[in-house]
Amino acid sequence: MNPQQTFLLDGDEVPFEPGQTVLQAALAAGRYIPHLCYHPEFKPHGSCKVCTARIGGRMMAACTTPVRAGVEVESNTEELNGLRRTLVQMLFAEGNHFCPSCEASGDCVLQALGYDLGVLTAGFRHMFPVRPVDASHPDILLDFNRCVLCELCVRASSEVDGKGVFALSGRGITKHLVVNSESGLLADTDIALEDKAMQVCPVGAILKKRVGFSVPIGQRRFDQRPISDQALEDAPRPPATEKDRD
Amino acid sequence: MALFEGASGPAGKETDQLLAEVLERWGTSPLNLVQVLRELQERFGWLPPGVLAEVAQRLGLTLAAVRGVVGFYAFLHTEPVGAYRVLFSDNITDRMQGSDALLEGFCHDLWIEPGKLSEDGLVSVDRTSCTGLCDQGPGLLINGRAIARADRERLATIRELILQRVPLGQWPGELFDIQDNVRRRDVLLGTLVHPGEAVRAALERAEAGEREMAANERSWREGIPQETIGPDTVLREIERSGLRGRGGAGFTTAAKWSACRAAPAPLRYVVCNADEGEPGTFKDRVLLSSHADLLFDGMTVAAYCVGAQQGFIYLRGEYRYLLEPLEALLVERRRAGLLGNSVLGRRGFDFDIGIHVGAGSYVCGEESALLESMEGKRAIPRNRPPFPVTHGYRGLPTVVNNVETLCAAALIALRGGEWYRSIGTARSSGTKLLSVAGDCARPGIYEYPFGVSVGEVLEACGARNTLAVQVSGPSGHCVDASEFHRRIAFEDLPTAGAFTVFDDRRDMFEVARNYIEFFAHESCGFCTPCRVGTSMLKGVMNKIHGGRGSLHELEEMARLNPMLQMSAHCGLGHTACNTVLDTLKRFRPAYERRLQALRFAPDFDLDAALAAARRATGRDDAGAYLEPRE
Repeated sequence: MNPQQTFLLDGDEVPFEPGQTVLQAALAAGRYIPHLCYHPEFKPHGSCKVCTARIGGRMMAACTTPVRAGVEVESNTEELNGLRRTLVQMLFAEGNHFCPSCEASGDCVLQALGYDLGVLTAGFRHMFPVRPVDASHPDILLDFNRCVLCELCVRASSEVDGKGVFALSGRGITKHLVVNSESGLLADTDIALEDKAMQVCPVGAILKKRVGFSVPIGQRRFDQRPISDQALEDAPRPPATEKDRD
Repeated sequence: MALFEGASGPAGKETDQLLAEVLERWGTSPLNLVQVLRELQERFGWLPPGVLAEVAQRLGLTLAAVRGVVGFYAFLHTEPVGAYRVLFSDNITDRMQGSDALLEGFCHDLWIEPGKLSEDGLVSVDRTSCTGLCDQGPGLLINGRAIARADRERLATIRELILQRVPLGQWPGELFDIQDNVRRRDVLLGTLVHPGEAVRAALERAEAGEREMAANERSWREGIPQETIGPDTVLREIERSGLRGRGGAGFTTAAKWSACRAAPAPLRYVVCNADEGEPGTFKDRVLLSSHADLLFDGMTVAAYCVGAQQGFIYLRGEYRYLLEPLEALLVERRRAGLLGNSVLGRRGFDFDIGIHVGAGSYVCGEESALLESMEGKRAIPRNRPPFPVTHGYRGLPTVVNNVETLCAAALIALRGGEWYRSIGTARSSGTKLLSVAGDCARPGIYEYPFGVSVGEVLEACGARNTLAVQVSGPSGHCVDASEFHRRIAFEDLPTAGAFTVFDDRRDMFEVARNYIEFFAHESCGFCTPCRVGTSMLKGVMNKIHGGRGSLHELEEMARLNPMLQMSAHCGLGHTACNTVLDTLKRFRPAYERRLQALRFAPDFDLDAALAAARRATGRDDAGAYLEPRE
């Protein structure tokens, strides 16, 4: 066996396995770096940029940057947490997020990040986009207002469920989630409640109907302890399955 | 490009046949989805739902994925856009040449609204990002065909042709005339190179290298792989020249080619990035129009050096009209043995070139986004590493080079690296084509050795009372009169070619606002900072423009700019705020005189919100407004 390789995270030596990205190595070693679109079961793609860190002197997304022996990573600094606060504010401003009336409140990663990073104000003028909900499916509600475009449902539906129920269309600020049916409605797809795509939404965009308040507000996941604590409980997170680059 | 059927789209048998024909030409491969969609749209005028469903089914893709790709590209439509689709180029130079008033007048005369299809389905009018005709603007695109020098008279002609439903193919050829406007030639534009001459020279160099090797080392006959000596010899010449990429980033060409060649793979690719989308740049258009054989020579030399079997040109959609002439030249070259199996009789050197046409997306100029688009996908820049030189097109080693870089490489193959290195400055060898436009007497293409100063170029193009020059387009830098001594070179003012001149009548705030609108429009939307940030910057600039800005807006920009620079996914986001930073630093009064003397002013305009109430009551007197009007 080779001796354990390490890199420097905020000055501390942290071990890693070859093939891990900075975020994967940090989480596996019990070190938290805030993140949103990363999910341990999927190949990281780095779109939300919440995990941005200074890696070897360059600003990079920690979830996609391969870790190298001895590389210096700065993450828990006021500059970087300030950047993350701004990004979270921007995600709030981009969609229509009304936590008090959202049934994902308390289980929502965006909300939990906001609390944990200390987002105290709106920060930006909210855009209030017009995004009609899709309530066509008998068991599932699709509320585009809360979608943060993390693509986890897109990836889960095509990579795990083999269905391709979701995709992204548009570009820039008009980028949006689309559904795979001629009508464009979820009811006309083959999505099922057991699908992986039903389990990965970090916010309240994909919801199972009629169970919204079975757990009272105040007793939900992030009502107990901040996300920075809980993200580590999932660790050591296995590295993403080596999906082929194609 | 025939005049297609009406808004309802074609029906039945004819559609099936067309679909089959287009799919077959593109190998019924999902990799060519963008090309398939683009061609189908050329035939149908838009992409009806039935056609998309059929394409998805035949290519083994989900309908949602196909819709996702269509939704990414500005020139692909899922709604009818009329038998005539008229797009006005919306670069700042077009606006300076009066495009806004022309668009308004044109719409007025046709009784239509911008962005909306006329009720009879005949015509729609909209704006589009810079079409690369800045030296002869304002530019238009009509059903994808480029038209230069739009003015009232020409637009009146166009209006009549549209109203009389004359097919585009029968319009007077003069309307489509586009000029090269080459004002200064140096070694690249001034050397007459016959088709294949540079390839022949490269192969002669290679053979000389092989002979030398044979003379020096007897072991050569006994098995040193002969095939590496020739390419090494030519590659060394490129290395000696010091050639660096002309697309903006300035990466050393020989290093890129060596890395690609060293990557073990059964196949390699050479891709020419002809997606010249940076507003204000048009030099590649001229190279593609009048020096295409030099480019093909350069691609062939690159292929020989890296061991590539296939080349592609990614031609921006705005230059669609160049497709047929380029294809014709390729046919010529195949006939002359310059492409195909055993190029110029050299055994084992097989190389051919194909053309992909873009569909309206600036971000495709980023090399990995370009490769995604070539693979039929939404053009999202890839995560790196790995880099295209090892994992490029279809995951195989690929060199992506700018048009001008490949032309320069051909010249180096012909005349040698030492010679090339003697031109320009120590760190920037050779010449650079500048696309000069804006406030000057003689806009057009100026080829200068690197090291030329901004002032010299201004003098040559007849610019007077110059306030500022935007070097390298919106993603580049703005320099004012105190910096006109600075030099065009990688070590001082690097540039992809745009050189846009603004004289003292211009308002640099409006320039920056135009550029920010461009970035917001072209952001691919992949990452949060660029998707939301460019849109917010656009909102801030428009608020200031509307006279409702305050110090708060300047502070908001000060928050957004470093956020974009620190965390955006690619160069588009990193550079999107350059224009604001540069103009704020140099022309701050242009911003400040628009600001209200307040800490904060709401963007919400109460008087505007009361417009519906005024309409309902039929009032328009002073008493129906809260604030006095001018």
